[in-house]
Amino acid sequence: MNALLTLFRRELALAWSGGGGPLLACGFFLCLTVLVPLSAGGDPAGLKPVAGGIAWLALALSSILSLERLFERDLEDGALDLITLGPAPLELVVLAKAKAQWLAVGVPLALTAPIAAITLGLPPSLAPLVTLSALIGSLGFALTGALGATLALGSKRGGLLIAVVVLPLFIPPVVFGAGALERAANGLDPAPALAFLAAYVLFAAVVTPFAGAAAIRNAQG
Amino acid sequence: MIGARSLTVSRGERILFRDLSFELAPGEALALTGANGAGKTSLLRTLAGFIRPDAGTVSFADVEPAEARASHLHWLGHLDGLKTGRRAGEELAFQARWLGATTDGIAAAIDVLALEPLLDLEVRKLSAGQRRRLAFARLIAAPRPIWLLDEPFAPLDDRWRAALGLLMQSHLDRGGGLIAAVHDPLPVPARPLDIGGGR
Repeated sequence: MNALLTLFRRELALAWSGGGGPLLACGFFLCLTVLVPLSAGGDPAGLKPVAGGIAWLALALSSILSLERLFERDLEDGALDLITLGPAPLELVVLAKAKAQWLAVGVPLALTAPIAAITLGLPPSLAPLVTLSALIGSLGFALTGALGATLALGSKRGGLLIAVVVLPLFIPPVVFGAGALERAANGLDPAPALAFLAAYVLFAAVVTPFAGAAAIRNAQG
Repeated sequence: MIGARSLTVSRGERILFRDLSFELAPGEALALTGANGAGKTSLLRTLAGFIRPDAGTVSFADVEPAEARASHLHWLGHLDGLKTGRRAGEELAFQARWLGATTDGIAAAIDVLALEPLLDLEVRKLSAGQRRRLAFARLIAAPRPIWLLDEPFAPLDDRWRAALGLLMQSHLDRGGGLIAAVHDPLPVPARPLDIGGGR
């Protein structure tokens, strides 16, 4: 356990070093939410019904940005070999890396999300719900994203491959997350949609460690 | 300590070696030789568990392979696993602690390999030889009985080749074992293991 904490701290440090990865993702997120109203024409009122959906789409896209860094660099510089020989099973390594990815990138994005959603025209009273659902959803993005990152290991143009592998897997949380916001905006209880979102996260938390570890072993061989 | 029984390994379509068997005894060093491309690195990676052999087994004395890899094995390959953007001290601390080193162990490794002046530098500013010393430090900081080394001396100067030779000798004296892929003779008494080949 102590060793896993060492790995976790290293992952956080790596995420923040070299040009502030999380800030970059947040900047990308805000750029996207500014671009959408500009491209959709001069009628902000028309955007209101889809504000939650656009915010979630932007969140999903921003979550992909730093995934290539997560495993590919460790494979390239040999650190993955070293990590394999550590005391913790690879499954827990994958989980620790995904958790660190969430804390370093997902949480800052979730805290940026209410700003983006309100800019797009969502009622400010929904800001706490946006943050909560984005916190849960970004954990799911980090987990399935980590899986995509391990599957793309060793391939050229891995970053692009990760996006193509991972985006379809991001559909359920985007649907549930945006659904929660839509329900709340219409005066309905958002809890069922949040429950589905949480179920997706739990599912990803079970699948990702095993599939990810298998993909890493395959890439090393 | 570690043994191979009728090991066959292929990369792609090509069989690198077949029916290779050997046993490493405590206190023994194996000097692995062979032409470029003969499969020295692949053999070491198979022993470390990174490559699955086509046939044959790798076994460890007293322990299961999975446990052996988690606590009995050191791997030092061409790639040193150091992140160029981080400071040498941070990388050493991570590598050594991940492999089970204590604070005392790390301090001892820094001392023996004269790493103190390098610790505050970014890894990218180190020379190839300095990086190899930094990577080697984890072998000293976290004692594990079996060392798998892939051309450990390549970037080192004469002084550090001799110093690492002494460290290898004391590892062997304590009952450890090592297998090293080399082109030059090892600085410690070693049993040769030639896998020949290449093309």
